[in-house]
Amino acid sequence: MHNFIFGIYPYIAITVMIFGSIARYETAPFTWKTSSSQLLRRKQLVVGSVLFHIGVLTIFVGHFVGLLTPIQVFDALGISHGAKQMMAIVAGGIAGVMALIGGGMLLQRRMSDPRIRATSSFADIAILMLLLAQLVVGMGTILVSLQHLDGYEMTKFMSWAQMILTFRSGAAGQIADVAIVFKLHIFLGLTIFLVFPFTRLVHMLSAPVRYVTSRPGYQIMRSRRDKSRGKSPHTPAE
Amino acid sequence: MSHLLDRLNFFQSKELEQFSDGWGQVTRENRDWEDVYRNRWRHDKVVRSTHGVNCTGSCSWKIYVKSGIVTWETQQTDYPRTRAGIPNHEPRGCARGASYSWYLYSANRVKNPLIRGKMMRAWRSLRKTLTPIQAWTKLQNDPILRASYVESRGMGGFVRADWDEATEIIAAANAYTAKTYGPDRVFGFSPIPAMSMVSYAAGSRYLSLMGGTCMSFYDWYCDLPPASPQTWGEQTDVPESADWYNAGFLLLWGSNVPQTRTPDAHFYTEVRYRGTKSAVICPDYSEAAKFGDIWLAPQQGTDAALAMAMGHVILREYHLDRQAPYFEDYARKYTDMPMLVVLDEQDGKLVPGRMLRADDFKGDLGEKNNPDWKTVAFDEVTGNVVVPNGSIGFRWGEEGKWNLEERAKKKDVKLRLSHILEDDFDEIVGVDFPFFGGQATENFVKCDHPDVLTRNVTVKKVKLADGRDVLVATVFDLFCANYGLDRGLGGKWASKDFAEDLPYTPAWAEKITGVSADKIIAVAREFAGNAEKTEGKSMVILGAGLNHWYHMDMNYRGIINMLVMCGCVGKEGGGWAHYVGQEKLRPQTGWQPLAFALDWNRPPRHMNSTSAWYAHSDQWRYETLSAGEILSPTAPKGDWDISLIDYNIQAERMGWLPSAPQLKTNPLEVAKAAKESGKPIPEYVAEQLKSGDLEMSCEDPDAPENWPRNLFVWRSNLLGSSGKGHEYFLKHLLGTQHGVLGKDLGEEGRVKPTEAKWHDEAPKGKLDLLVTIDFRMSTTCVYSDIVLPTASWYEKDDLNTSDMHPFIHPLQAAVDPAYESKSDWEIFKAIAKKFSEVAPEILGVETDIVQLPLLHDTPGELAQPHVKDWKKDECDLIPGKTAPNYVAVERDYPNLYKKFTSIGPLLEKLGNGGKGINWNTEVEVQHLRDLNGVVTDEGISKGQPKLNTAIEAAEMILMLAPETNGEVAVKAWHELEKPTGRQHAHLAEGAHHTKIRFRDVAAQPRKIISSPTWSGIESEEVCYNAGYTNVHELIPWRTLTGRQQLYQDHLWMRAFGEGFVSYRPPVDLKTITQAVNSDEGQPHVVLNFITPHQKWGIHSTYSDNLMMLTLNRGGPVVWMSEIDAKKAGLVDNDWIEAYNTNGALTARVVVSQRIKEGSLFMYHAQEKIVNTPGSEKTGHRGGIHNSVTRAILKPTHMIGGYAQLSYGFNYYGTVGSNRDEFVIVRKMKNVDWMDTPVSEATTKVEAGT
Repeated sequence: MHNFIFGIYPYIAITVMIFGSIARYETAPFTWKTSSSQLLRRKQLVVGSVLFHIGVLTIFVGHFVGLLTPIQVFDALGISHGAKQMMAIVAGGIAGVMALIGGGMLLQRRMSDPRIRATSSFADIAILMLLLAQLVVGMGTILVSLQHLDGYEMTKFMSWAQMILTFRSGAAGQIADVAIVFKLHIFLGLTIFLVFPFTRLVHMLSAPVRYVTSRPGYQIMRSRRDKSRGKSPHTPAE
Repeated sequence: MSHLLDRLNFFQSKELEQFSDGWGQVTRENRDWEDVYRNRWRHDKVVRSTHGVNCTGSCSWKIYVKSGIVTWETQQTDYPRTRAGIPNHEPRGCARGASYSWYLYSANRVKNPLIRGKMMRAWRSLRKTLTPIQAWTKLQNDPILRASYVESRGMGGFVRADWDEATEIIAAANAYTAKTYGPDRVFGFSPIPAMSMVSYAAGSRYLSLMGGTCMSFYDWYCDLPPASPQTWGEQTDVPESADWYNAGFLLLWGSNVPQTRTPDAHFYTEVRYRGTKSAVICPDYSEAAKFGDIWLAPQQGTDAALAMAMGHVILREYHLDRQAPYFEDYARKYTDMPMLVVLDEQDGKLVPGRMLRADDFKGDLGEKNNPDWKTVAFDEVTGNVVVPNGSIGFRWGEEGKWNLEERAKKKDVKLRLSHILEDDFDEIVGVDFPFFGGQATENFVKCDHPDVLTRNVTVKKVKLADGRDVLVATVFDLFCANYGLDRGLGGKWASKDFAEDLPYTPAWAEKITGVSADKIIAVAREFAGNAEKTEGKSMVILGAGLNHWYHMDMNYRGIINMLVMCGCVGKEGGGWAHYVGQEKLRPQTGWQPLAFALDWNRPPRHMNSTSAWYAHSDQWRYETLSAGEILSPTAPKGDWDISLIDYNIQAERMGWLPSAPQLKTNPLEVAKAAKESGKPIPEYVAEQLKSGDLEMSCEDPDAPENWPRNLFVWRSNLLGSSGKGHEYFLKHLLGTQHGVLGKDLGEEGRVKPTEAKWHDEAPKGKLDLLVTIDFRMSTTCVYSDIVLPTASWYEKDDLNTSDMHPFIHPLQAAVDPAYESKSDWEIFKAIAKKFSEVAPEILGVETDIVQLPLLHDTPGELAQPHVKDWKKDECDLIPGKTAPNYVAVERDYPNLYKKFTSIGPLLEKLGNGGKGINWNTEVEVQHLRDLNGVVTDEGISKGQPKLNTAIEAAEMILMLAPETNGEVAVKAWHELEKPTGRQHAHLAEGAHHTKIRFRDVAAQPRKIISSPTWSGIESEEVCYNAGYTNVHELIPWRTLTGRQQLYQDHLWMRAFGEGFVSYRPPVDLKTITQAVNSDEGQPHVVLNFITPHQKWGIHSTYSDNLMMLTLNRGGPVVWMSEIDAKKAGLVDNDWIEAYNTNGALTARVVVSQRIKEGSLFMYHAQEKIVNTPGSEKTGHRGGIHNSVTRAILKPTHMIGGYAQLSYGFNYYGTVGSNRDEFVIVRKMKNVDWMDTPVSEATTKVEAGT
């Protein structure tokens, strides 16, 4: 069972996430959206949403860097495992609290406003609850981590994640003896990957990051559909 | 190809093509997503249809169908063009019509036949052992079973049924009723056939074959202006909206064109660009007000005062001080102004009496035919009394002289308008005129002038056949005296000075109306000045704002007089444009045989609804207005102070008004008895009535034999929209929960009627069966026993016309009827079929006796030159002369279905016609055989043209009507040439070979053909304008004098002070009693309750449509002025309750500056089924606008057998006015939505059992 959940389930979850997302993007592009309820009620959304997004994004980046950066890199940089763990606990803790407060506000708003409630799908509510549960569990891992500040536990997760990602066998064995709360946290995390394509989370794939780098024109024209007639209406015919 | 792959373009240059110095970019994204939006508007087909009931807009629409579903609609733009110089008709349409497709698949759609669960349960258990007739008989004879469903009306509990069961119950009920009480106890109510003629005809054809009663609507809606038949003998004829464009001066009076005539409003805008000046008269700042160059805001209900002051100015400046030649010529030729009126001596004073007739003179002035119906005047040339052509006596019994040529006895004459000129008079005498300004209630300005005003008039002495010397005056001289104009004859009550406060001067009107005298004078001058320069191109658009008052005749006649004084009627760009619920069933004479089964039997049973509902919903039991209050102080001696219902009973027995039911005894039984007695039916009935063995139903409306038993409501929302006295309907007609707050005359100990029999215990639940046919779950449906789902307007084939434009165009089935619905035609066909199966158990071929009043446009209109009541032994009872006619009609009940589905033989035998002319129509029936095919089944219909489908029915209309078949038009005009002795057929000759078919109008709206049914013509020279043929073809108006009748000389008219026009303030209905106004402590206001036409609905239709609800406040609202709101402690959007003794309603309040202090606007017919909370006052769900109203009859509308004052279906008769009502308005303490089911116990208590 342990092997299935931490050795095979990750592949299932990631595969479903990738192919599910592609399938949705191809077949139902108009569902590819944030499904924002801002039009229904602005109140509570701005604060809640900003807190939640900053928190979650910070945590996401933290996990990404923390888990996937080869241990050797940290060693080479001279960052001890203990220091890295402390950094993760402090940064993750602050971000986690932000995300929890923000997420709590969003959930309360979603459940109590009759109009928003009525327009929410099951997935909308479930994913928000799942994320909040994951945040709570994640914060719970801090309590465990504080009991062994040497950072050794952390390296187990790094190894596990990197083994999974590099298709090496025995990944599950790396975390066989960690505290149950970590296992739960990983399981929930994988589950979020699994349900990703079926929820509004897909919007993160379409985050308009290019706006940061490139300036869009004030007037956007679409090029002609009929390619044979030239690239754009502004190109004179040959 | 793939959204993802398209984005994997990392090796392509990211550099976008730029323009405008880099401010613009050209992207290279995949554009397939755009197809989604293209597909959104892609459709499979477009079908022409329209909106089929109670909107006279008559706009043709494109209905879009996609995958078998109606998706949306847009306006058609292919109306035939107008002639050069006039804007085209399109665009026609409004937001309401554009939202109609919402209904088709909405939750509010009636999807299956529905039956009240309690009735269904009883029916099914009875039907286990009994036949349908037996089952219905048992159900009716078991008081507990009957009460079980009757008392739960309006409280839910419908169950799904199938068509077979629903039609079986209906058929059994109809047959039982015909057998037990008489077929005339089966009523049917449906309005405005013009909007979907075949659908109307379906029900009325079924009823007419059975002997049932078709109820009128136009008078009941109070949209019929009785002033029109009084003045012109014409129901309502008006210019098409394009004719507004020809006007030089447009007066909008109580009509809100942009809001309620939306598709036509563009002509109003356009004519103002042409430079036409416009004045708008309405108390509120309406959407129309902003169009006006000047806006006059009189106090509501005082329009007659304003109109008379304007008339005063016009007479003074254009007829007296200076005679505008055009006006004078017009008055002489086209009005009754030169005719002579006898001055009667009454208590030593003189009052205007009857018009002088030829038979008043020795030797009848040589007139052998109808001398008592030929009015006389002085000839200016010879100075003799002459009998000019055109009066109604010439219409019947002779040919060639019923015209408006200036001739008498084949000699040219010039009628004398006034005796004052050239001093050609014998005396100057004082004549008494009634004045009602002192009767105003506290809410209106009360005048301190006396109630009788004596004015001096020049008269001639004339010797009559009976040897008497009488004084006579011309109508014109009396008319001027009535307006209070001093013509140098002296007298206290006449004035030369507009600034003098004396009845009918502008200064006087300023006090009454609040409109300043200088504005009244300015508008009157411009109106008349324009008419003089343009020869009559001044027009008044007027509407419900004026016509819904009790004394609407005065408002209307005041305005009509202005138009006639200025020669505007019958002139292109001029005249009287009354647009309220008006209908123009253009192919009327083609439609009537279909609708009233005139192809199988004649006459049909028609009823004026106002009198019927007044009696049958027992509103008469609560009557607070006595005839004495509205009687003229100058009334001739007589027993006038009786109840209003007593007047109605007299009118019915003298043959003036129709009755329903007609006789207390089942007419099928009376016919049998007559047969046994061996006497002819009219003679037998007359004897029995005289002896008292036979009673007329009207004398005892509460006796169970006289109740209406079955009622069909289709194309209508009788209870949710037009039902004045809504709560009385619920209490007495339906017998369910109601909100009547007052007590009846018996309980109050007031004077009771003398002729109507009084029952101490009022009946509750007169109807055995209420069937409503609708596509949406309206308020009426909610109260019905059976609801049948009908095809929506996009799911059936039908025809549509209006008087707003000259085109005929169709409704068509864009898709099949959704769910289990069927078209009205198919529904009544199914009922007819079931009836023919079920009825033979008790009904075979029967003889029915139809009671027929003295009808307008028949020789019967000459029946009663004097008022004589046979019951008071003033004359003998002669059917068709001093009483209604009694006509035997054969009812072949087993063959009713065969008759319904074929065109019967009477058209070939008796011909077809209307409005007093009749033509042979054998050719057309033969053409229908060729077109529709011939019935081949054995039986009575074999060999007759088929009439199976709605399209075949439409073809029947189109084939038979002069308006859509040029050949018939030419025939019809030739027929009219006989009485007039003039050539008219040239008006239709050009269209001789035009025959419009259903497929033609499906392709494009078609312009109709000129026909003698109407008083305007279709041509390339002029727009359609009412009275055009009277003025230009010299065809007389269908009135006593044959001219525009400004003096009404009937005894009752004189008795009620309406011989001439006068200002009559709103009447006191006494509905704010001490008892009802018991919570004095709470802030409240008492306001005049006004119910204009709304912006977000056409009557109640669309008022439950989500799109329209979203555009306004989404539920019932009333509008109030800021001042009144402050008094009652209200702020915008508060929930209020408005109530009086009639009942209570709940709504939210819109506080607005545009409303005048003292009035409360509730835009009429906001459905009770949407967002209506419970009333604190009644304890039941808050009512509708009509919960606080009650219909009140006016005796002058009952007159019959007297030229233009003769009954016609939807043409003349009592009207249901409702604007004189006041309500108490206060804030609601708690808003209770009453979301719990009504318990059995409360149901019982409320229904009073």
